[in-house]
Amino acid sequence: MSMTVSTESATGVVSTGPAMTGLGGAISASGPETKTQIKPYTMNFGPQHPAAHGVLRLVMELNGEVVERCDPHIGLLHRGTEKLIEYKTYIQAVPYFDRLDYVSPMCMEHAYVLGIENLLQIKAPLRAQYIRVLFSEITRILNHILSITTGALDVGAITPALWGFEEREILMEFYERVSGARLHANYFRPGGVAWDIPDGLLDDIWAFTERFPKFMDDLEGLLTENRIFKQRTVDIGIVTKEQALDWAFTGPMLRGSGVAWDLRKSQPYEVYDRMEFDVPVGLTGDCWARYLVRMEEMKQSLRIIRQCCKEMPAGPYKIEDRKVSPPPRGEMKRSMEALIHHFKLFTEGFHVPAGETYTAIEAPKGEFGVYLVSDGTNKPYRCKIRAPGFAHLQGLDFMSKGHMLADAVANIASMDIVFGEIDR
Amino acid sequence: MSEQALKELGDVIAAKIGGDVLKVEVRLGELMVTVKRPAILAVLTALRDDPATRFEQLTDITAVDYPDRAERFEVVYQLLSYTHNRRMRVKLATDEDTPVPSAVAVFSAANWFEREVWDLFGIFFENHPDLRRILTDYGFEGHPFRKDFPLTGYVEARYDEDQKRVIYEPVRLTQDFRAFDFLSPWEGMTNVMLPGDEKAALQDGSKKP
Repeated sequence: MSMTVSTESATGVVSTGPAMTGLGGAISASGPETKTQIKPYTMNFGPQHPAAHGVLRLVMELNGEVVERCDPHIGLLHRGTEKLIEYKTYIQAVPYFDRLDYVSPMCMEHAYVLGIENLLQIKAPLRAQYIRVLFSEITRILNHILSITTGALDVGAITPALWGFEEREILMEFYERVSGARLHANYFRPGGVAWDIPDGLLDDIWAFTERFPKFMDDLEGLLTENRIFKQRTVDIGIVTKEQALDWAFTGPMLRGSGVAWDLRKSQPYEVYDRMEFDVPVGLTGDCWARYLVRMEEMKQSLRIIRQCCKEMPAGPYKIEDRKVSPPPRGEMKRSMEALIHHFKLFTEGFHVPAGETYTAIEAPKGEFGVYLVSDGTNKPYRCKIRAPGFAHLQGLDFMSKGHMLADAVANIASMDIVFGEIDR
Repeated sequence: MSEQALKELGDVIAAKIGGDVLKVEVRLGELMVTVKRPAILAVLTALRDDPATRFEQLTDITAVDYPDRAERFEVVYQLLSYTHNRRMRVKLATDEDTPVPSAVAVFSAANWFEREVWDLFGIFFENHPDLRRILTDYGFEGHPFRKDFPLTGYVEARYDEDQKRVIYEPVRLTQDFRAFDFLSPWEGMTNVMLPGDEKAALQDGSKKP
């Protein structure tokens, strides 16, 4: 593959710059009489482009405005997270997970702490499991609002993004109240969560669940049957069931293509087996189906959140084993042993028995997995992060082939691309 | 899924594939099958198409570096069956020079996964349609996830105002990277033997109380 990018077009053809992608439609360049021969040309899309959802660079071969080949160049946000984790203790590595998929931080942490718990063969107390599920679902709504509204922005609708970010702000307030940070929560811990939820938070979350359906209705009113939105998404980027399996698609990308599969149902972790919720499945496998799946998932998340608020049990919020979770501050003032445990946990960290595990959760974007290899020391020997977006993005080529340039943007939006997790 | 059922599945797989299976393990409720390197394509195809296994999706390919082993890399394939709701792992061993057959012909998703493994570990995949670097910088040298590649890397990039372009320079750290040896005999944490520990053992081999 040559790295040179030529934007020169054949005679008389208007070169569509990236800035024009939002417009769609073919640009006819031929005069009334003369037929112009259009040579395929290569166009560079991104890495600085609002519709690229981060630092995506696409090298596209276009025939007129029809995409013939689309080669995503990724890695511009590669930070070597997996290598860095090998040099950190297990607890020190948790914040790296917030920074992977930075629109759904707690779900990333969730996969990691479940992996450690699997290696340690411990289980978080029931209250901690409920808190984790509660915040995983808040995270799902947080993620889907961003995904849908910015996706709509890419195809020309500005209002959903403005409305959606207002709701996101409310949800991030819940994040802040429980963890102290709006985005990079660092809240889940092996064996539970870092702190108990503060008084009154559950009531406020409940109040949110009563308000939120109104926002959903408004959003649906703006988008679902909107003529322009449907023109831009229906029959665009169709993925068949076979393709979805072959290309390792997961999450809404898979469900949009008619595969009824959700890890929360099929391989339930934590207390998802106690929750009542439905898994929406798309019928057509196009961008619109994926949009509908995400909308319905938010409603289902709302149901789970309500059940968590209702059923939230009392009890400890993290495991009492002092070899894994630090003692409370008060105990440290009186007990020498507690002080030692605290010191050891925050310098050396706990040791994890040798072994390996692949733990996957249903993150908002799809199957997020962590393959942890432990050699019995206090640091992971290898931590491979399986990001759903990585698999989705490599399908962009076959999804966009034969579509217009502007449809490639709709495809990227419907994949819910976030570069934190793809580049790692 | 119970360990017993996984063991049985492992036995079924071992019987189907025959001589190419080196080891079948069930640990922490997860099935791992180690196979011979040249057989990987046949194994993956069989696992995908056989009605008893039906591992339709290749979830991930990754590698783990064990520099002390004769064949230092372990390539790990994560598989998922939607029909039977099962997961499994297929592993094989290789070294820096020996190529691994590319799985792209069996699973299209293997394309980028293998590019990533090539980029980060330098494991070569045979018959891969497009084996380029994927995550590291254009023109990057070395394979950063190998254990002998330093965490800090070798070069750092910055924009040079005089030359009006990005330049690469050897890494300069204001403070050396510090790695502490935390292996201590703290009870319950680890079972390592530190120098002097052998004195605690009595003549008959049992430990002092």
